[in-house]
Parts: sequence; C-alpha cells; structure tokens
Amino acid sequence: MAHHDDHGHNSSGALPALSSNSGLDAATLIDYYRQMTLIRRFEEKCQEMYTKARIGGFLHLYIGEEATAVGAISALRPDDHIFTHYRDHGHAIARGLDINALMAELFGKVTGCSKGLGGSMHFADVRKNFWGGYAIVGSHLPLAVGVALGMKMQHRDSVVMVFFGDGATNGGEFYESLNFAQLWKLPVIFVCENNLYAMGTPLEVHSSVTEIYRKACAFDMKAERVDGNDVLVMREAALRAVEHARSGKGPVLLEAMTYRFRGHSAQDTQKYRSKEDIERYRRNDPIARLRALLLNEGIATEQQLRDIDRIIDDQVEASVRFADESPEPGREWIMQAGVYAAPIAVDPPIHGE
Amino acid sequence: MPIMTVREALRQALHEAMQDERVFIIGEDIGHYGSTYGVTAGFLEQYGPERIRDAPIAESGIVGIAIGAAMVGMRPIAEIMSVNFSLLAFDMLFNHAAKIYAMFGGQMTVPMVLRTTNGWTQLSATHSQSFDVYFAHMPGLKVVAPATPYDMKGMLKAAIEDPDPVVFIEHTLMYTVKGEVPEERYTVPLGKARLAREGRDITVVTYSRMVHLSQQAANILARDGIEVEIVDLRTLRPLDMSVALESFKKTNRAVVVTEDWQSFGTSAEIAARLYEYGFDYLDAPIARVNFREVPMPYSKNLELQTVVTVDRIVEAIRKTLS
Ligand SMILES: Cc1ncc(C[n+]2csc(CCOP(=O)(O)OP(=O)(O)O)c2C)c(N)n1
Ligand SMILES: [Mg+2]
Repeated sequence: MAHHDDHGHNSSGALPALSSNSGLDAATLIDYYRQMTLIRRFEEKCQEMYTKARIGGFLHLYIGEEATAVGAISALRPDDHIFTHYRDHGHAIARGLDINALMAELFGKVTGCSKGLGGSMHFADVRKNFWGGYAIVGSHLPLAVGVALGMKMQHRDSVVMVFFGDGATNGGEFYESLNFAQLWKLPVIFVCENNLYAMGTPLEVHSSVTEIYRKACAFDMKAERVDGNDVLVMREAALRAVEHARSGKGPVLLEAMTYRFRGHSAQDTQKYRSKEDIERYRRNDPIARLRALLLNEGIATEQQLRDIDRIIDDQVEASVRFADESPEPGREWIMQAGVYAAPIAVDPPIHGE
Repeated sequence: MPIMTVREALRQALHEAMQDERVFIIGEDIGHYGSTYGVTAGFLEQYGPERIRDAPIAESGIVGIAIGAAMVGMRPIAEIMSVNFSLLAFDMLFNHAAKIYAMFGGQMTVPMVLRTTNGWTQLSATHSQSFDVYFAHMPGLKVVAPATPYDMKGMLKAAIEDPDPVVFIEHTLMYTVKGEVPEERYTVPLGKARLAREGRDITVVTYSRMVHLSQQAANILARDGIEVEIVDLRTLRPLDMSVALESFKKTNRAVVVTEDWQSFGTSAEIAARLYEYGFDYLDAPIARVNFREVPMPYSKNLELQTVVTVDRIVEAIRKTLS
C-alpha cells in the first residue's frame, strides 16, 4: 500500500514536483492540464453566477481537487460507469459532459444535462455512463455496487468508479457496500476524496481511523492511499485498480489525498480553518503542479498553455450565454409523466390531470 | 380453475418471471435457509446462486444494489424479510428509487420490485407494523397490496414488468389464503381497484388482508339482511378511487378498513377522497377501523384488542347504518 504522509504539509514553499515518467505523450499530458483548468474556470464562473443569483440552491465547488477526478477518470473506458456525490462538477467535466449542458443545468434550464430538474448536485448523462451526482452522503455507494453486479451478471467487463468524501466513510452504506462488493467480487473502484473535512468537521474529529484506506482491511480489500493532487499518480493508481477490478479480482478502495480551496458550499464561512491553512495548501495546487511539470520538462510552452487558458475562458463564457438563452423546463415536468416512466392514469386524477 | 394459496400464486409468478434472464432475486434467507415464508423455497436449487442471491443483513445495501442493477437493465426483485426492516432501506427507496427518474430529467428508469410483508402474531412492538402509508406517500413509487391469490400472481407479474419501482406488500397472515388462479399467463394491471362484493346498503373500502376480514363481516351482516359492498383498492399509489366512489354514490355510506394506525394513515387519505369527491352523496360520517394507536403489545389478549377484528368491522358498519 502506497502511503504519502507528506501530503499537503509542504512548508518549504516550493511546489511539490509531480512524479513524471508517466510514459504519456505530450498531447495527453496537455489534455489533462486542459481538463483540470476547464473544471477550475468553469467553477470560478459558477461562483460568480451564484453571487449574481443566476444559480440557486447549494453549490459545492471542487476547486483544488481537480487532479483526482481527471486522473481517476482517465483510467476508464467509455463503457465503464461513474457515480459521484453532490460535489460533481469535476467528475462530469472529466467525463466529457458538455459544459453548456452543465451551466444550463445550474441555471435551471431544460437544455441542462438533467433537464434543469437536478441542479448542481445532480448532474447526469446516461449516454456517457455518468449515472449522476447524489446528495445524500454515502448513499450512492450501494447503487454503484448494484451497477457492478449488473455488469457481472450480463457478462460484461465494464467497471464502476464511485467517488465520495472522507465524511462518507463513517456511514453504514460505506461498510455495507464494501462488504457486498468484496463478498461478490464485483468490479467497483471506490474513490474516497479525502479533503480532510466533512463539511466543517476535521477528519480527526469525525473518523476513528484517519487513514481511510485502512478501513478496507476489514473486508480484505485491496486499498491504496495516493496523492490525489498529482494527476499522474492518481491516474496510475486508478489504472492499477481498474485492471484489478476488470480482471475479476474484485473491488479496490483508493484514498485520494486532496484539499478543497473553497468553502464546503457557497454559503460556508469557513470558521473551522484559517486563511493561512488554506494558503499553505495552495502550494500544493494540482494545476500549478502539472503546469510546472509541463514547462520544466519542455512538454509545453508558456504560450501554449496561455492559449489553452484563453480558449477555456471563451468556452466558459459561451456556456453562460447558452444557459442564458435556453428555455426553462415546461409544466410537463411537474405532471405525473415527469415522475414515472409509465404513469398510470387514475380516476379522479391526481391534481386533476 | 385450480385453487391455490397466496404463497403458491406468488411462487408461480416468480417462476414465470425467472424465465426472463434479467430477473434475479436478492434478499435475506431466500436461498440456503429456504425462505422465511416459503415463497422462494427451492429457488436456489433451481436457479443457482447467481440469480437467487442470499444477501447479508444489510437492507439499505440490498435495496440500493437492486436500484443500481435496475438502472443498467436488470429486473431485480429485492425481498425485505418483513416490512419492519424496510425502515433501514427507506433512504434508498425514497431518495433514490422514487426520484431517479424525475430528478435526472427522465434519463434513467428503476425497474425494480421490492417485495415485503406486513403482519403480526405476538411478535410485539417492532415486528408487527405496517408502513403502507409511508410508501404510498412518496411520488415516484408505485405501491400495491393485493388480497387474493389471483391478484397476487397477476400484480406481481405486472410489477416486475413495470419500468418504475414498485413496492409489493404481502401479509404474513395471508400466505395460506386460497383462491382460484388460472393456469395460463396473465397480468393484473396496477392502479385499478376492483369490486370484491356487491351490496346496496353500505360500502367498505379496504385492501390487502382486510378484504378477507371485511368479507367475513359482510357474511355476518348478511344474516340480518344487510348488504355490504366491498371495494378492494389493490393499489395504493396511484390510488384509483373510481370503484369506491361509484359504490359510495349508490350506498351513501362508507367504512374504511385498514390495518395501520389511524392518525395520518391510509384510511385518512381514502376517507378524505370520499368526502372530497362524494360529499353530495354523504348520508352519514365515514367510519374508520384501524389498529389502536399503540406499539403492538405482546400479550395475546391485548394484541387482539389492538388489531382489526371482524367484530370491530361489524360494529362500525352497524353504527354507520344506524
Ligand atoms: C446523510 C447526509 N447527512 C448529512 C448531509 C449534509 N452534508 C452534505 S455534505 C456533508 C459533508 C460530507 O463530507 P465528505 O463526505 O467528506 O465530502 P466533501 O464534501 O468533503 O467532499 C454533509 C454533512 C447529507 N447531505 N447527507
Ligand atoms: Mg471531505
């Protein structure tokens, strides 16, 4: 089990170097930079739109954790499956969901990925086997196990990757899911994004075991703790886990050490940590680290990366325009036909429908 | 037509359903133990452990796994040993099964069935409950609770074929109830009430095991020349009140009999709809017969004073007629 104790505790001020020699070509590495930057810029725009009251409800930003989603999801095939929690923007973008549909979802428009019915916490796109963001902490883990069971029973070799936080590993569903998955040797990659807080409760206050990956040992499950802010380390761990799961050996628990730079949600006043804390962790910014690698190794030039940033800014602006101009969902969505695949008409009808 | 028990009718429905490769059953003690109420006895031997999945005691996991499998094209039947344990799976049912279709804008369906059973017989407070109203309260679920072997088989088949999540409620005191069940394959559509007995004097609106007790009450009253009409709702969500209202418009009097606590219970909804849509036909206040509102006592004598009995139904009918 790999164990990176030094996660985030880099006091020297230097950017922790990414593990290089990934064997990946320049285009791929640059694409990871593009994806991570797209997530960040998209979310910065979300925050802005939230402040302008264009977005309502809860808004949980993934800023600071981008390498985890991008690295982990890069290990999947299109026919593999993803489940995630309410902090789902990063996973959706890493899976290639159209950011126009994502911004439209946040604006509550019918062109949204969930027709404007789900909002920030419920992005989904079945065409991409992106089965959605779920907002009851830990409760989507059994669903992911169920999809894996479905794959096994259909003799398909697709795997399921499910993302959740450190806080989710204290609830019963986590343990039930690990047990089921290991008992039945199901192809599930459990990815715990350990960002050191469950809302405002620090890891050591909420979990008796703070090395989350060790919780897997009760199930004799393969587990690893990795630097989730190193996109390449994250990718390699995910590749190992996917290979294990796909070959029928059963599930894996990956603990990705990361840190969110923003509040738990847009409303969070962050009384539980200091500005200095956050600044210290900023030195471990996953995007800055990848950028440094690309430049230091001569994989990309400043100019190239700046061009990418500019294209992303344009795309994000375009997504706001798209969302703005899109229509809202119609009344049909609050009829019984919006609630059931096969609504049953009764007499007298519900709401007089 | 062959006569068989509710248990046998359910077994036939499940055997027929198992011919579809997508169908599998997941639950506690459904296989090795031989099935708590005998419904899936022998299934493990016949279909094997891949499709008859003995599960750990983890109701949330069982239902969650069924939901996930359903989302990717399987047709899972999750069995919750008794309804009392379904509380541990309510989050799965309410926050996922019921909402996934609507919340993601109709992209995904959850074609699963949750089979479970109400019932009591000196099992005391935690093992003698009915949560019909909780299930039926939730938009996105379909909830059925048939009474006869014929409907058990036909509605279980319909539930398994339905693309939406269906909660299928049985009753431990009904597995040995007998009735006619045809040999041929058939389904009984969800969401359709039926007339269980014709009569001109008063309407009893009920479902599940209470249909049978109401029949016994009607037999007793028939000796005094009182003709009771009985409406078996069969499905709680969506609630088809058409048969009950038609009957009520004829008899102008109604008693609602349900085996659950009265306050905010299923009988409250049923009575409200009778008032709402049948107010002009009302000749007497609608009476309700339900569990006494206490945690179920163990002591036999007290238990029998807590549950719905034929005598209490007879009494309520007489009072409503007087
Ligand atoms: C069952 C449940 N309880 C409480 C909440 C409220 N809540 C939402 S997110 C959260 C913290 C979760 O922390 P963690 O799992 O570490 O994920 P993170 O937000 O850090 O990514 C809480 C308490 C909830 N949504 N669901
Ligand atoms: Mg956390």
